[in-house]
Amino acid sequence: MIKFKKGIAFKLALIFSGSVILIFFMIFGLYYRFTRAMIEKNTAENAKSLTLGTVARIEGILRSVQQVPENMAGALERGPVTKEELLDMVRSAVEKNPELYGSAIAFAPYAFDGASLYYAPYYFRDKGSLSFVWLGNANYRYFMQDWFQIPKELGKAQWSEPYYDEGGGNALMATYSVPFYRMVNGKRTFSGVITADMSLEWLRDMVSAIKILDTGYAFLLSRNGTFVTHPLEKLIMNETIFGVAEELGDKNLRDIGRDMISGKAGFVHSPKINSGQPGLLYYSPVTSSGWSLAVLFPQAELMADITHLNWLVLILSAAGMLILCIVVVYEARSITGPLTGMADATAEIAAGNLDFKMPETRSEDEVGILSNAFSAMQKSLKSHIARLTEATAAKERIESELNIAREIQLSILPKIFPPFPEMPGLDLFAVLKSAREVGGDLYDFFAIDDDHFCFVIGDVSGKGVPASLFMAVTKTLFKATALKDTPPEAVLDKVNNELSKGNEKSMFVTAFFAILNIRTGVIEFSNGGHNLPVIIRKGGSIEYLWRTGGMVVGAMEGIKFERGALTLASGDRFFLYTDGVTEAMDESKVLFSEERLLRELKLLEGLPVKEVLNRLLKMLVEYSKGDQSDDITMMLLEYQGPKK
Amino acid sequence: MKRFCLLPLWCVCAGLMAPPAEAAPKKLSFIPLWSPQAQFAGYYVALEKGFYRDRGLEVDILTGGPEKPADFLLEKGKADIGTLWLSEAIKKRAQGVRLVNIAQILQRSALMLVAKKSSGIRRVEDLDGKTVALWESFRLQPLALFKKYNLHVNIIPQTQSVNLFLRDGAAASSVMIYNEYHTIINAGLNPGELTTFFFYNYGLNFPEDGLYMLEKNFNKDPVAAASFVKATLEGWTYAFEHKDEAVELVLRRMRDARIPANRMHQTWMLEKMQGLIFPEGRTTRAGQLKSADYDRVASELLKAGGWKSPSYSTFYKGCVTK
Repeated sequence: MIKFKKGIAFKLALIFSGSVILIFFMIFGLYYRFTRAMIEKNTAENAKSLTLGTVARIEGILRSVQQVPENMAGALERGPVTKEELLDMVRSAVEKNPELYGSAIAFAPYAFDGASLYYAPYYFRDKGSLSFVWLGNANYRYFMQDWFQIPKELGKAQWSEPYYDEGGGNALMATYSVPFYRMVNGKRTFSGVITADMSLEWLRDMVSAIKILDTGYAFLLSRNGTFVTHPLEKLIMNETIFGVAEELGDKNLRDIGRDMISGKAGFVHSPKINSGQPGLLYYSPVTSSGWSLAVLFPQAELMADITHLNWLVLILSAAGMLILCIVVVYEARSITGPLTGMADATAEIAAGNLDFKMPETRSEDEVGILSNAFSAMQKSLKSHIARLTEATAAKERIESELNIAREIQLSILPKIFPPFPEMPGLDLFAVLKSAREVGGDLYDFFAIDDDHFCFVIGDVSGKGVPASLFMAVTKTLFKATALKDTPPEAVLDKVNNELSKGNEKSMFVTAFFAILNIRTGVIEFSNGGHNLPVIIRKGGSIEYLWRTGGMVVGAMEGIKFERGALTLASGDRFFLYTDGVTEAMDESKVLFSEERLLRELKLLEGLPVKEVLNRLLKMLVEYSKGDQSDDITMMLLEYQGPKK
Repeated sequence: MKRFCLLPLWCVCAGLMAPPAEAAPKKLSFIPLWSPQAQFAGYYVALEKGFYRDRGLEVDILTGGPEKPADFLLEKGKADIGTLWLSEAIKKRAQGVRLVNIAQILQRSALMLVAKKSSGIRRVEDLDGKTVALWESFRLQPLALFKKYNLHVNIIPQTQSVNLFLRDGAAASSVMIYNEYHTIINAGLNPGELTTFFFYNYGLNFPEDGLYMLEKNFNKDPVAAASFVKATLEGWTYAFEHKDEAVELVLRRMRDARIPANRMHQTWMLEKMQGLIFPEGRTTRAGQLKSADYDRVASELLKAGGWKSPSYSTFYKGCVTK
């Protein structure tokens, strides 16, 4: 299945056309319903007047025929007549009434003279001239005919169902029969029937002549629902409307038929019988004969004008819709064209081509503004990237320089452990881990002579490059100052004075300087404001050195430092460190603390010095989760007794 | 086998010795009980399809109607074979017209009475005192019914149409289920508006259309009579197997006779005829007159009008037996 991205132009065209079509169809639907109802209303009125007019004409003719036998019945009921009078009466009735095909006076058995079973003179037109016949014989027992029996049994005049007359050239006929009565033994007794036969060809012509538009028609139903006239020849006299309804399976048509033959008038929707096309049917009864006349208006033709108009409107609408779509698509393209250009340009820029030319837009609408903004963005992006490139280069240079500085700094710290293999009474290990590339911590150790071993640890205020430079100076000063027979406080004094000179940045360093007499185990020291070291007695106590006075080194010229001393026994250890150890912080800013440090040292008691420091360092790194905030420096010294 | 087939000699002759085609065909005239309609489709089909000719018969089917009563034509020798109702035939026989039944085509009674519910008739007792139109020729069952229920009914003759009934000139009318009943429905009356009385519901099931001949004519050529019966039954079988064709043939006959022809009505009639001629679950062969049917009708006739009937074997000369 192909899926394509639907652009704004497509969506706009769809939304606009959809909405317009919806609105159009709503209006069109209402309009169509209204016009249709109007046409149907007019049709109903036309149909009604047409039908009633035709029915009135039919009734007029039927009544004029009905009068003839009714008058004859009146004459017969007034008294007996002779055979001659009877024949004359019938003949003149036919002669004087051209609409009559024939007429008979049919007496009930033996009613005329008490002797004749059949007595029925019948005059009728035969090829233009008048003919006469006596009705009634063994093969034609007229008492057994509807035209005789029905008025007799009902006691009133009746029109027969239309029929084909075999004797009358197979013309379609209907007979009006009037019963007449005579007094027999003082009792009003049925004596016979007077008939008037009428050809219904005029009726057929009249109804067939009703033309409604091109395909509309009228038809007449008999009292039984038989088609007397219909444009469909095969229905005539062969089918009832009910039979047709049965054949078509059209229950509605049956109901219409029932209404029609029961003498009702109505206006209903009913399809054309021959084609099934929708039609409007108006029907009205022919009261005197019980027939029903209907006219059918073909709906398609009635609605032809409106249908024609509808097509016109639909075609125009379709054309309009097409134009609308083209306009919408064109207009949408003028928006999406630059947008697509901008999207392409952005992709190019994203790929790194900052010099790619933005498509030009002449319009000053939102798209124009957007395009200008894109151009401005491109320019600013370009200059920004240029600046960034420069800055990055500078940073890289500085970083590389810092790395070099770091290496230099680390290289000035002693890294050989144990430092003096020729001094067997001593084991020592030291670590320094800077928080940044370069740090301000320092440590150093060196021998002054065969018996005296100096060691120092310090922490320059601040961090980074300034601190590292200060550290380098300090370390060099210590090394240069600690000469033979110079007591530790004098070393600090001198270093302090040197550092204080021209120290415009007011930097300083905390330092702990000590000299170990390897022969005696005595440590003489002077503390320049540094963290107190820890004394770890072999197999005994662990404690911080007692508090000693002492300012920080390098802050103020001329201040005097004090000397302290202690003695290490064989196996005792001396632990020095910077505040990066005790002030290491975990995630919740909790300090590692001096107490913790003591505990950990206790636990690590007995391990080799290198192992102790490595474990402590690892512990600290884990404690601060790699987020080291200050330089960490540790030095552990183990006194192993006087030289042998 | 408790029963065994006892075919009369002429049947064997008809079956085994069909006359050679080149022999001069035997001429026979046939009068149906009524004017052309699907009630006689089998005869028209047998003629049209050559079933009669194939059996060496040249049959002329006369156009029947109320003015040409079949019994009258048979009696007067104007027709060789005719259809009559069993009851009417026995009656004729009692009146001295020596008719014999050569086949009982209908096995069930199609005659019924119909009334409009609007005239207040819902049960058979409601007919008491009402005007009922009855065909003159077919009154035996209705009269037996009225007698059975002790009804006093004003009987008037019924014409060829049901118009008198439709126009309320008679409260009830005799109709055939395959014919006038449908005509009434097709004149706009709904079945629900009608009350129907089927005689078989009242113990008066008289089988109707049978084929009859004068005994003397039959005796002259029983083989021809048997051939006619066999060809006729073939015609009916063919008609029910080809209903559209049969209806078309009937409609043509009707148009020729200038009788209103209605395809739906004739189709309906042919359907009904099938159930009457070849009833479902029947125990007899088509065309057979059951002695039980004969005895029932004969005894009713005796009760109704004292008509005496001959013995079954004297009356029934059918070649179709069980």
